Amino acid sequence: MFSYILRRVVISIPVLIGISLVVFFLIKLQPGDPLVGMISPETTPEQKQEMLRQAGYLDPLWLQYLRWASRAVFGDFGYSLQSGAPVLTLIDERIVNTLLLAGSSLLITLLIALPAGIFLGLRRGSLPDIMASLFSFVAISIPVFFIAILLVKIFAINLRWFPVSGVSTLGTHDHGAAYLYDVARHLFLPAVTLAIGNIAIFSRYLRSDISHLINQNFIKALFAKGLKRRAVIYPHLLKNASKPLITVIGMEIPALLSATLLTEIIFNWPGIGRLSFDAIQSRDYPLLMGIVLFLAVITLVINVVADILYAVVDPRVRLTP
Amino acid sequence: MMQELKPFGRARRIIFSPLLADRYFLVGLILLLALTALALLAPWLTAHSPDDMDLYAIEAPPDADHLLGTDEIGRDVFSRLLYGGRVSILVALAAVFFQAVIGVSLGCIAGYKRGLADTLVMRVTDIIMCFPFYALAITLAAILGASSWNVILIIGVLHWTGIARLVRAELLSLRESGYVQAARAMGVGGITIVFRHLLRNAYAPLIVNLTLAVANAILSEAALSFIGLGVKQPQPSWGNMLAAAQSIRVIDYEWWLWIPPGLTIVLMVLAINFIGEGLSRVLNPRPAIPVKDIYTH
Repeated sequence: MFSYILRRVVISIPVLIGISLVVFFLIKLQPGDPLVGMISPETTPEQKQEMLRQAGYLDPLWLQYLRWASRAVFGDFGYSLQSGAPVLTLIDERIVNTLLLAGSSLLITLLIALPAGIFLGLRRGSLPDIMASLFSFVAISIPVFFIAILLVKIFAINLRWFPVSGVSTLGTHDHGAAYLYDVARHLFLPAVTLAIGNIAIFSRYLRSDISHLINQNFIKALFAKGLKRRAVIYPHLLKNASKPLITVIGMEIPALLSATLLTEIIFNWPGIGRLSFDAIQSRDYPLLMGIVLFLAVITLVINVVADILYAVVDPRVRLTP
Repeated sequence: MMQELKPFGRARRIIFSPLLADRYFLVGLILLLALTALALLAPWLTAHSPDDMDLYAIEAPPDADHLLGTDEIGRDVFSRLLYGGRVSILVALAAVFFQAVIGVSLGCIAGYKRGLADTLVMRVTDIIMCFPFYALAITLAAILGASSWNVILIIGVLHWTGIARLVRAELLSLRESGYVQAARAMGVGGITIVFRHLLRNAYAPLIVNLTLAVANAILSEAALSFIGLGVKQPQPSWGNMLAAAQSIRVIDYEWWLWIPPGLTIVLMVLAINFIGEGLSRVLNPRPAIPVKDIYTH
């Protein structure tokens, strides 16, 4: 097991280096030079050239990359042009909100998709199955932001059940339970917006998995042995269906993060999606690049963790090279 | 019996009649043709130009003249919806063409050459797949600027990985088959084998995935245009028309500005997804990779 984990971590190192190269390439692609807006307009071009040289901006690319990468490894992602604060500090302030949104939407997704997937998988071709199929098609065909607008229109504007945007009500100084309730009310619409498409995707996966498993010989043998339906489904069927689910969740994480960024922009949710959108408006490139690098590394880590978890559940994986 | 020998007649019968018999495919096809026809026939369906401003009717509700009302500077929403359809459909098709070219060529190289080329291509797909789409897309859009061409470029560059993996997996499983070995033994070159024998036999999953990629591209274009980083005003697209709905006042009182483009996107994507479902039922590709791999929005 240990050697599998080690191998999995080692093969992700080239990917990590690749990610850093992509982000470095983007940094080099950004318009302007790092001194824009930092020096007085009276500076002569010669003086400016000298300053750029001293800052290492005119060094060979590989040297610039090594310098940048060795700083990034120790968490120095540079400074935001807008606020002057270290990029990592700004990300650190917002990441909790992003994880809260993505996490609670994943929770809603699983709470609905798991029972639905099992139910439909055991009743393939029934009326509920056909209805659910149609719902899934519609759910994956609606743009995330259109779901958001519809939900805001119905539940926030017309019914006034939930607030339109933000993370908590301005001007209130609630603590404890009252504050949590306020945040939960703000969280509900964006989390549901994100969950709708994923419920369709997850329940479809589980459904096809279950309906495939139920026809397998080992399940038939259990039935033939005279076991009750419940005794077959819960311990045997679900245990086997849970394995691919880990892969699916791991695979869905980048898509979930991606949709979270978009949802944050629409609901003015103060996470890193909103942060990167604001960074674009103020042309704050160092902040933008820091966020992209951060998200890619997070995704890589999640992928590695998902693979390791999979190997824990399914020992066969550990042995394949 | 003679008819059996005509290859194209046979192929048509084998593929098209079951397709048209499939309910998903048929409904999807009709929807798709209807929406495409609306976009193509725009000049004959509306008297208004998408750019003309009617200063006497600003944010006017729908009436006999302006079928779907007007927007905040008095442009006809119905006309913009039709012309916007042209832009959205073209951008999506171009983006998918772009990603197909990259994905198929790299997939072929990886799957047929194997070895170092394979490792290299696979690592590159691993790297790109680590970036959440919108994170990289909005960064690229911020650097390159918002325009239709850049949207095509961004979707193409970020979404080819699924196609490449699919083509590679197909080629890896086909390249050792008897007919390929026979062709190789006869001295047929690598490029001919790939295009003549391998790709043709991998067409089923490829077509299904490219179809779904069009749906995905329409959603991506709409999202980027919605947040102002895609197709730029005054050029209309379904996504940038919805940007009007960023104001609560519009959401609350001016439904004609956001319901029509939103519903059109849903219908279009639904149509393409239905066609994809129909194709995958009839062509029945072996699931080399989960279809979801390319379906990330």
